[in-house]
Amino acid sequence: MAFLDIRNVVIKGVAACVPKAIEENIDIINIPASDLEKLIKNTGVQRRHIIAPGTCTSDLCFAAAEKLIADLKWDKSEIEGLIFVSQTPDYILPATSCILQNRLGISTECLTLDISLGCSGFVYGLSTIAGYMQSGAIKKALLLTGDTSSMTCSSEDKSSYPLFGDAGTALALEYADGDGGIKFHLGTDGAGFESIIIKDGGYRNQTTQSSLDRNTVSEGISRNNLELALDGMDVFSFGISKAPETVKLLIEKFGLEKDSIDYFYFHQANLMMNERIRKKLQLPEEKAPLSLKDFGNTSSASIPLTMVTQTAMELKNGKNSIVACGFGVGLSWATMQCNTENLVIPDLLYYG
Amino acid sequence: MDIEKFIVEFADQYDEIETDGFGPDTKFKENEEWSSMTALSVIAMVDDSYSVRLTGDDVRKSSTIQEVYDIVASRINS
Repeated sequence: MAFLDIRNVVIKGVAACVPKAIEENIDIINIPASDLEKLIKNTGVQRRHIIAPGTCTSDLCFAAAEKLIADLKWDKSEIEGLIFVSQTPDYILPATSCILQNRLGISTECLTLDISLGCSGFVYGLSTIAGYMQSGAIKKALLLTGDTSSMTCSSEDKSSYPLFGDAGTALALEYADGDGGIKFHLGTDGAGFESIIIKDGGYRNQTTQSSLDRNTVSEGISRNNLELALDGMDVFSFGISKAPETVKLLIEKFGLEKDSIDYFYFHQANLMMNERIRKKLQLPEEKAPLSLKDFGNTSSASIPLTMVTQTAMELKNGKNSIVACGFGVGLSWATMQCNTENLVIPDLLYYG
Repeated sequence: MDIEKFIVEFADQYDEIETDGFGPDTKFKENEEWSSMTALSVIAMVDDSYSVRLTGDDVRKSSTIQEVYDIVASRINS
């Protein structure tokens, strides 16, 4: 099993940025009002921050990174690693992380990497950058995660459109000799690759004229093949079984004391799913914070966004033991535990 | 696994309609209450009571409670 015990790496700070524009779910025009009320109640998503066309995930991550670097008083020339986790890159190629290195004014002596993951992407990206850092060759690095899923969903698809919001985040890591460390459990089940998918536009099904044809899947679900298709039942079934399992496995493998963990940050999928996961693990509400209500499901940004918007005060002041668990598109899942102390966390940033 | 118990558990996922007459051959989608939310409740019940993962296709392809029961039973034994 893919357990990792990475030493000598600590999280120093985290920042998040969302578009200024808000869409209230109750005001969505293409979905009947009676459906909307039920959806809002079950998903827990009341409003979402929505990006304007032409703006990218990288713009949100850039703003978050700039502010975080400034607040940490980091010298940019010391940043030697940058990973960008997203499924809404600037271009098919080149990798967005390359563009961000230059745009942030980071030294060319910096390794960069794009990772194409969604809901599990924050924890996966953290394992990758921490793995690069653990030997001490890299002292400071950034993990940038996020998506602009609102641009990939059909506004006539009640199964996806009211769920997803846009956000970009930045996490700062430092090498700490003999100190710190992050424990991981990582997994994959590609049998479920079609459960969350954009079918056309890659190289299996290149974009053609028919990619733009609107297909009515069922009542209230109409989309084309360049838009996100989400099998809600598959994902729900997967989430409520896999998320508690991976958290339990991590706790057992490393002999962690569940009660000594201060916060469990779960990927913000939807309220029904998150509540079942929390109850299966018998966690009190205050230990599993939620940011769904005001931001929706923000893909790989959801865990850091929840840290920033729900628990900044606690994370900025004193020591905490935290667990983070992401699960979804892939299908892919990842859980981590680490200790934090006096994190640097700028207030939530608004873009545009 | 017991079909009678499964039918009771299945029927529990409905709040609005009368479910006293539910049996193995009941077409569980052919009523006013069935929706994607009922489907999620059934999936959650199966996860809770039998630790079995139902997929979206399992639910879409089934029409009677017996059919869902058979899927769950086959995965418990596998």
